Amino acid sequence: MADEQKPEGPVPSAPEGQGTPPAGPPKPAAAAHAPPKPPPEMAATPWEGDLPNQIRERFGDQINACSTYLGQNFVVIKPEAAVPLIEFLKLEADFDYLVDLTAVDYPKRAERFELFYILYSFARNERLRIKTMIADGAKPATAVGVHVGANWLEREVFDMFGIQFEGHPDMRRILMPEEWEGFPLRKDYGILKQDDRWVRENLGIESGQ
Amino acid sequence: MAETTFLDSTELVLNMGPQHPSTHGVLRVILKLDGEKVNGTECVIGYLHRGVEKIGENRTYQQFAPYVDRMDYVAAVSNGLGYCLAVEKLLNMEAPPRAQVTRVILTELNRIASHLLWLGTHALDIGAITPVFYCFREREEVLKIFENYCGARLTTHAFRIGGLLYELYDGFEQEVKTFCDSFLPRVDEYEELLTNNRIWVNRLKGVGILSAEECKEYGVTGPVLRAAGVKWDLRKAQPYSGYEQYDFDIPTRTDGDTYDRYMVRMEEMRTM
Repeated sequence: MADEQKPEGPVPSAPEGQGTPPAGPPKPAAAAHAPPKPPPEMAATPWEGDLPNQIRERFGDQINACSTYLGQNFVVIKPEAAVPLIEFLKLEADFDYLVDLTAVDYPKRAERFELFYILYSFARNERLRIKTMIADGAKPATAVGVHVGANWLEREVFDMFGIQFEGHPDMRRILMPEEWEGFPLRKDYGILKQDDRWVRENLGIESGQ
Repeated sequence: MAETTFLDSTELVLNMGPQHPSTHGVLRVILKLDGEKVNGTECVIGYLHRGVEKIGENRTYQQFAPYVDRMDYVAAVSNGLGYCLAVEKLLNMEAPPRAQVTRVILTELNRIASHLLWLGTHALDIGAITPVFYCFREREEVLKIFENYCGARLTTHAFRIGGLLYELYDGFEQEVKTFCDSFLPRVDEYEELLTNNRIWVNRLKGVGILSAEECKEYGVTGPVLRAAGVKWDLRKAQPYSGYEQYDFDIPTRTDGDTYDRYMVRMEEMRTM
């Protein structure tokens, strides 16, 4: 398949270069070396099956999308229903392992943060992503009550993005120093930016840059 | 009412680190001690935080590839594979079969090297100094193969998005075969030093037990989960890079303590 990345596609010309003009219906072998496909768009297709139907039935209009993309299933849901959905999946669909919980900042959106949970089920050998959009300052509910492992992951999301989780037992920074000002993984936090006061007071230098 | 002083308090709060003597990864632990018994800990884990996500925001996909090597410098090849597979998935493409096989060979060698570093330093931390020399002897052979292949021993940047940078060099096959043939007796040597050693067993048995349920709750996989009795390996569960074509066993144990985690990793070195 790497051959497909070459713009000229010279490989198929070798067997055909016998003087016969390329005519007639294209052979399957030639089709395999078609010109490079345009880059895939984020065109997700609806996710079909028992589980997505159960989710649609149970959560109804709180679901914004229940789709699949490149073989990865995901559900986009309203923030208040995210934790109930994760609990439902854990108790009734064997999604017993929270692989990751993190966020992405899209500063131009009205609800700028996309918070997402990656779940895995050992019994089904399946992964599932739960996504939810939240505005700056919104406080999504904690998932610690469902998955203990969410504790540190939510602290990291708070540390990096400034998203506070309602009901979290220990909502403190986890990687950055506790007194640090600012949230580094927000897109408006430049790569050279730092907490100057903290650097001066704790490292005794004017700037680390 | 009797007067109490701080001497009557049974709990002592002690700061350990971040300059821990075995600085394999800098960790600060705030310990709550009752004599020699640890009643509680609070971990401060940010000392190795380098903000690679922020760096990634400012790099192209190709430029970012060398950074993933440094996320775990004893598993640089494996990290590179994970990163390349992720970007290739976004591009909706696959590496050619030959590149996939090369990737598997190098990744498996890296897995062995990583296990060897774990074994050597783990034994060192427990108080056995000898094994580390044996482990590093074999690890050196793997690192030499990496060096011959791509010029680097640790942060290899061995793979490229879409395949490889280099074709395998002449003599690669022979070197890998020689290593594989000589390696199994070497694992016997490590086991002779440790597996039935009374001090080793006493310090590992029943320590740090994590049950299968706790592993899943806290998001722990790999040898730790397998030591708790779950026969699960990503290479089997969701094969990538052609792993479905290879026949290998998943070693498991049942107790979930440090000794079983040791045994699982030892058996993993035998199944390659």
